Amino acid sequence: MVLLKVKFPFQRRVKVAQGLWLLSWLATVSGAFIFTLGIFLKSELRKRSEVMDNTEIHAVPNTLIIVGLASVVINFFAGRICQDSLDVARFPRWRGFMVPYFAGAALLALLMLVAVIMSYAMKGNLEESLKIGLKNGIRFYKDTDTPGRCFQKQTIDLLQMEFQCCGNTNFKDWFEVQWISNRYLDYSCKEVKDRIKSNVDGRYLVDGVPFSCCNPSSPRPCIQHQMTNNSAHYNYDYTTEELNVYRRGCREALVSYYMGLMNTIGVVVLLFFLIQMGVLVSLRYLQTAMDGVVGQENTECETEGYILEKGVKETIKLTIQKIAKIFQPNQVQNEQAESAPGTAG
Amino acid sequence: MAVLKVKFTKTKRCKLAQILWILNWISVITGIILFSLGLFLKVEIRKKNEIMYNREIHSVPNMLIAVGVIACGINFLGGKICYDCSDSNKFHRWKLIMLPYIICTFFFTFCVLVGALMCYTMKNELEESLYLGLKEALKFYKDTDIPGRCFLKKTVDLLQMEFRCCGNNGFRDWFEIQWISMRYLDVSNKEVQDRLKSNVDGKYLMDSVPFSCCNIYSPRPCIQHQLTNNSAHYSYEFQTEELNVWMTGCRQALLEYYMQIMQSIGFTVLIIWLFELSVLTGVRYLQTALENVLLQGDPDSESEGWLLENGFVETARTNFNIIKNLGKSNQINAVSGNEDPNLNVTPSSHGATRTHIPTVS
Repeated sequence: MVLLKVKFPFQRRVKVAQGLWLLSWLATVSGAFIFTLGIFLKSELRKRSEVMDNTEIHAVPNTLIIVGLASVVINFFAGRICQDSLDVARFPRWRGFMVPYFAGAALLALLMLVAVIMSYAMKGNLEESLKIGLKNGIRFYKDTDTPGRCFQKQTIDLLQMEFQCCGNTNFKDWFEVQWISNRYLDYSCKEVKDRIKSNVDGRYLVDGVPFSCCNPSSPRPCIQHQMTNNSAHYNYDYTTEELNVYRRGCREALVSYYMGLMNTIGVVVLLFFLIQMGVLVSLRYLQTAMDGVVGQENTECETEGYILEKGVKETIKLTIQKIAKIFQPNQVQNEQAESAPGTAG
Repeated sequence: MAVLKVKFTKTKRCKLAQILWILNWISVITGIILFSLGLFLKVEIRKKNEIMYNREIHSVPNMLIAVGVIACGINFLGGKICYDCSDSNKFHRWKLIMLPYIICTFFFTFCVLVGALMCYTMKNELEESLYLGLKEALKFYKDTDIPGRCFLKKTVDLLQMEFRCCGNNGFRDWFEIQWISMRYLDVSNKEVQDRLKSNVDGKYLMDSVPFSCCNIYSPRPCIQHQLTNNSAHYSYEFQTEELNVWMTGCRQALLEYYMQIMQSIGFTVLIIWLFELSVLTGVRYLQTALENVLLQGDPDSESEGWLLENGFVETARTNFNIIKNLGKSNQINAVSGNEDPNLNVTPSSHGATRTHIPTVS
């Protein structure tokens, strides 16, 4: 009931060892590449950390970094093992190492799959975080004199210009927030007083947007103030005007940017996962084939390689028994101690 | 009186040839670097060619590209020559070519130096071009409906946002041109009519700037319109306000950007020039050492290498005479006839030109 048995004549063993050596170096380089991708994603997320509410999304690049480092180590060892596998004298020293090695490799494979799933599934989390972060950013836009918030104006302006977006969901978010500080409002002016009285919270709300919302592709100079008032501007129709300010909301722009990055990285990690599985399967076959050679006189004989010695169910049962033994060593010892005086006495 | 004479044993000659072979291959790589630097500069200038008046400021990058390609070729040939020189048998192949090769390379290094110096002297040409180009671009900012100029608004806006500058020399350039198209002006409005009448050309001038001039570091929302009117805005003073709009002019901002690039490129090219010169010196020593070996006849013996056989002045004089005599190759000099040992020269004809003496039959 051996799982996936394959015969290995000497030549095939040599070929597998050589192929595996190359593949393990390829996998090591890919692992380093995944590591740099993780660092890159983390730095990109950090650049915009001021408009994000929480750092839960950083779990994705952190996982990638761990996966990258672990895969470099595992594939390095895979290369060393397969180098030694052609020399019957040196191969036995790896014997004790193989079980923990394959356990670690299985964990790594699992982690890789988790990373791929996360890079697609964390969209909702990112969107929520950006929604709250941008809301705060827009609210504190005017507070350039409050320590801790004085950079919000700069951040939001640069963000809107770089991502070609305006506001949270769209530009109308600016109509609901007072984005002009009280320091620059003339309270003796009747118009200002009227506006402030006209809403419950006493805020100075205007139907205008900051200059960073302006679209350079517009054929006419930017109309920032009195946007809903058609008669305030010549030849202007608010309902049909599309090129004046950016129509897209910054939340949507940022989400699509980051999801684009993470989806690409997810595809790369999936490809790498396939390479890694190839390395592990070949290494397992090589190990089991070499185990058959050790102790025999003719080192060039044919042996069999397999994935699991017994079937899947039996192996799982045996593994559970082994783990149970580790956690209950006292029981066995007590039984032995009880039986010993019994026999002696 | 040889210039900088050095003795060369056989092993020293071989080592020199090998080192020069490697150095020549490194020079091929530096040639590729020169080529890519020229290409980079060309692309950077091209990117902004809409705001440059003279679109042909491509002399410097073209020079660098040409020099880079020629450097690759010359050093590739030099590498082959030096490789063969380590074996004195193969030297015969290159014996005749080596001296012309060295002379060509010497003049070529001048070109490299000229390329490096041009990088530093391009400033005035560039400044002139940027000044005129930006002036035109600002004038046509409003013409978004005229084909051929419709993209200038977007170009100028993006330029001002990217380089954090406003106008040509400063933001006041916008006060002197009409940057709002007539399509968006209500000509029936009295205020508009007053403004149009108030200046000679009938232009709608305002003390305002486009939105792309706004400074993101300003603590207050951007004041674009009525910049000089203190009473139009609360708690605002035009003379002391520095953070409202960008204070740098775009010409200066762009000039600084390009000069930075060109200075780094110029510095790199100067270092490459020094490297080429040292390789050339090595090749010259190798050539003279091998030629002397051939003259001595014994390939294993010690020989001398030098830069110039005679002093500078004598070599210059000899070369000058050679060039002078090139023009007189058709005339037979009677004095020179005495120097040829194979000819019978009658003493009586000394000083006179040869004439055809008819034989009397």
